[in-house]
Amino acid sequence: MIEIKNITKNFGKLKALNGLNLELNKGECIALIGPNGCGKTTLIKSILGMVLPSSGEILFNGKSIKNDNDYRRHIGYMPQIGRYPENMTIGQVIDMIKGIRNSNQVLDHDLYEHFNIEKMLDKKMRTLSGGTTQKVSATLAFLFKPQVLILDEPTAGLDPIAAEILKAKIIDAKERGCLILITSHLLSELEDIVSQIIFMQEGNLILHKNAEELKARTGQQTIARSIVHLLKTETL
Amino acid sequence: MMRILKYVALDIIKNKIIIAYAIMLALFSWSAFGLEDNAAKGLLTVLNIVLLTVPLMSVLFATIYVYNSSEFIELLLSHPIKRSKIWKALFIGLSLSMVAAYVFGAGIPLFIFAEWDIALMTIAVGSLLSVIFVAIAFLSSIITRDKAKGIGTSIMLWLYFALLFDGLVLFLFFQFADYPIEKAVVFLSALSPIDLSRILILLKLDVSAMLGYTGAVFKNSFGSDWGLVLSFALLAFWALVPFYLSLRKFKSKDL
Amino acid sequence: MDIRINYRITFIIAFFLFIATENSFAKTIHVGKGKAFTSIRKALSVAQSGDTIIVNAGVYKEGNIIIDKPLHFVGKDYPILDGELKHEIISIKSDNVSVSGFRIQNSGRTAMSDPGGIKVYDAKNVTIEKNILTNNYFGIYLQYAANCIIKNNVIKASQKEENQSGNGVHCWKSDSLQIIGNKIEGHRDGIYFEFVTHSVIWRNIAKNNLRYGLHFMFSHNNAYITNYFKHNGAGVAVMFTKKVVMINNTFEENWGDATYGVLFKELSDCYLSGNRFIKNTTGIYFDGSNRITAERNLFKGNGWGMRMQANCVDITISHNNFMGNTFDVTTNGSLTLNQFFENYWDKYEGYDLDKDKIGDVPYHPLSLYAVIVEKNPPAMLLYRSFMISLLDKSEKVLPSLTPENFVDNKPRMSPYNL
Repeated sequence: MIEIKNITKNFGKLKALNGLNLELNKGECIALIGPNGCGKTTLIKSILGMVLPSSGEILFNGKSIKNDNDYRRHIGYMPQIGRYPENMTIGQVIDMIKGIRNSNQVLDHDLYEHFNIEKMLDKKMRTLSGGTTQKVSATLAFLFKPQVLILDEPTAGLDPIAAEILKAKIIDAKERGCLILITSHLLSELEDIVSQIIFMQEGNLILHKNAEELKARTGQQTIARSIVHLLKTETL
Repeated sequence: MMRILKYVALDIIKNKIIIAYAIMLALFSWSAFGLEDNAAKGLLTVLNIVLLTVPLMSVLFATIYVYNSSEFIELLLSHPIKRSKIWKALFIGLSLSMVAAYVFGAGIPLFIFAEWDIALMTIAVGSLLSVIFVAIAFLSSIITRDKAKGIGTSIMLWLYFALLFDGLVLFLFFQFADYPIEKAVVFLSALSPIDLSRILILLKLDVSAMLGYTGAVFKNSFGSDWGLVLSFALLAFWALVPFYLSLRKFKSKDL
Repeated sequence: MDIRINYRITFIIAFFLFIATENSFAKTIHVGKGKAFTSIRKALSVAQSGDTIIVNAGVYKEGNIIIDKPLHFVGKDYPILDGELKHEIISIKSDNVSVSGFRIQNSGRTAMSDPGGIKVYDAKNVTIEKNILTNNYFGIYLQYAANCIIKNNVIKASQKEENQSGNGVHCWKSDSLQIIGNKIEGHRDGIYFEFVTHSVIWRNIAKNNLRYGLHFMFSHNNAYITNYFKHNGAGVAVMFTKKVVMINNTFEENWGDATYGVLFKELSDCYLSGNRFIKNTTGIYFDGSNRITAERNLFKGNGWGMRMQANCVDITISHNNFMGNTFDVTTNGSLTLNQFFENYWDKYEGYDLDKDKIGDVPYHPLSLYAVIVEKNPPAMLLYRSFMISLLDKSEKVLPSLTPENFVDNKPRMSPYNL
């Protein structure tokens, strides 16, 4: 579904992405992991077209995303830290996104209801806590039933109940055949939903493997341990 | 783009600064015309507002607004919207609201107190200056990511166009007083939108003086129908070029 | 007895005969289609002194019509006398002639003989009244004339170049003229006097003339009253003359580089009052003039209200209103032998604590920027910029470039009702 072909991104002297090649397919739930500053967010933003790669190209359903914006119709994005116009209320933000998307498909109101967004519609964005902002971001990401979900640290800042709700929603989406790309520091959180692992370091792709395979090969019980094991044995 | 424009406009209107700006303009203009014993003197006060305050307000407000809209821009960018549309909507929204505030604040008293053609010219020029300085704000805020630096750049540009440029020109006048520099001066004035605007108003306001001496050169250059078209084209150029440059930069900017 | 009666009868007959001849001497001759004469020239040739020739409506192309005896030459319903761009149309070469009610058009164009619509040669007591003169080289031309009246004529031309056009009313070496109520448009000069004395110019309108609305030289002791000069190529210029009185005239919208509401060049002993100078590039320009009094005039909306060259002496400017001028007064030197007092200046920012309607602080009508522009005309471009306002304000506080004695010590607080 998404093909990443040899993309490189330089921020001045810093190489945020270094000749990355990836193929992400339908129905996969991919965990994008790596230490801070490894290029995860840059990769995500590149896919979203917010960061323009210095070289290489990204294909979405076989079409280059360069100079295209319509492919984003199929993506739901939940940023790490949702930044919204401060003076707008939650209701206005949701209305605005609906208005801008202007799609006449049936909307997915699950999270809207489960997170009780309705009660907070009149709250200004600048008054919201980090967790509430994340709820709004999550709601918006799932609202249009996208084929691809890109979730940047989705559970960070969410209370456990909300996190569970979101997780259930992610699993639900995966079962519907969506492509899901998640970054997270807390691998344990992703344990039961992730089907693939991408590990990055300093802009390089270190590993891209099926989660079950990885566990089997390293003989560990969890993905987190497998990764640690791999790093220790340096058999990458 | 209209949809984005709608939200931008709504947001700006909610921003009380623009309303305060309109009210301030109105206050100054009404009192300028009300206090002075003749309309011509009131007009001079308004002229100073047009040439100094309007550009400053436009450039400052727009710069700050663009920096503050970074979240808005980011939010929109994850949705299927063309980058240029977002930038254009922001520009048009800001320009329209600055122009609206100016027309509301200064335009109404101008129409009531000043002569028709002078009022019309002052409003046209003031509106264009608003747009030009919004465009300059866009350019300076896209050049640097740092908000403080961006605002600084904007203020420096304003200072240059509003004050320093005149000083520079005056200096040149004295240096080259013995040469026939009228034509060069006409060219020079095109290099600052504020000066160009001032001359356009001057040609209406001091029409008698501008018709004499070298004034005739200016009158012929700026005041004829073609000159007028050219002057306004130049002003439009001053609005479009900075904006176009900023748009090009925005299209390839990493967010 | 018989002889006496015969004598009486003879006397009576002789008396009646005399009256009859007198009557035939002052007869009226009609010219026109179906009248006694169809040709003006023929009528003129049979006319006797004192006759009236009435020309009926129609177009008459008879070349040069010369009136060389005292006649009343009257047009009825504005007959057209057409010079076909070749001839002078009416030439008056006799005293006591009157010409009225004609439409006179298309006079010749040669610059050598200065053909006019109506030209008076060396004559007295000529009246030219209620004619319409269009597209002539000169309109009405008087030379060596005296005691003539030129009244209520409309004189128009539409040439584009100065050298293709003569003057509307042109008078040369004449005396005691009355130029009254004429409208003159599109000629080179509206009214032109050279060596014309003791004349009055009253209620004329001269506008859109190519060069001057009014132009005179060496024409002493004339009075110009309630005339209106608008939008003439170079305004009004008067030169080398003494004892001119100008009252209640209006000079408006005379625009251009060397264009003045009025240019006073080498005039002396003149009096100006009640004149209105409105929206001219320069209201009045005094150059080499002496002993001139200007009071109760209005200077409004001019580029320069008044330019007074340093070679002027004893000019008194008092009780005038200066309003809305870009520059009120300017000069080219630092010497000032003229005086200003009790004028109203709308730019005056002083106060009047003793309430005598005279400002307590003297007013310096010469602004710094006026001086700068005088020396460096292109600097006009910077006028009204913030920088310049700053300069002007500082000069007001600490005069350094503007002459100290260029001052109105008694500025009026409120305008005169002029």
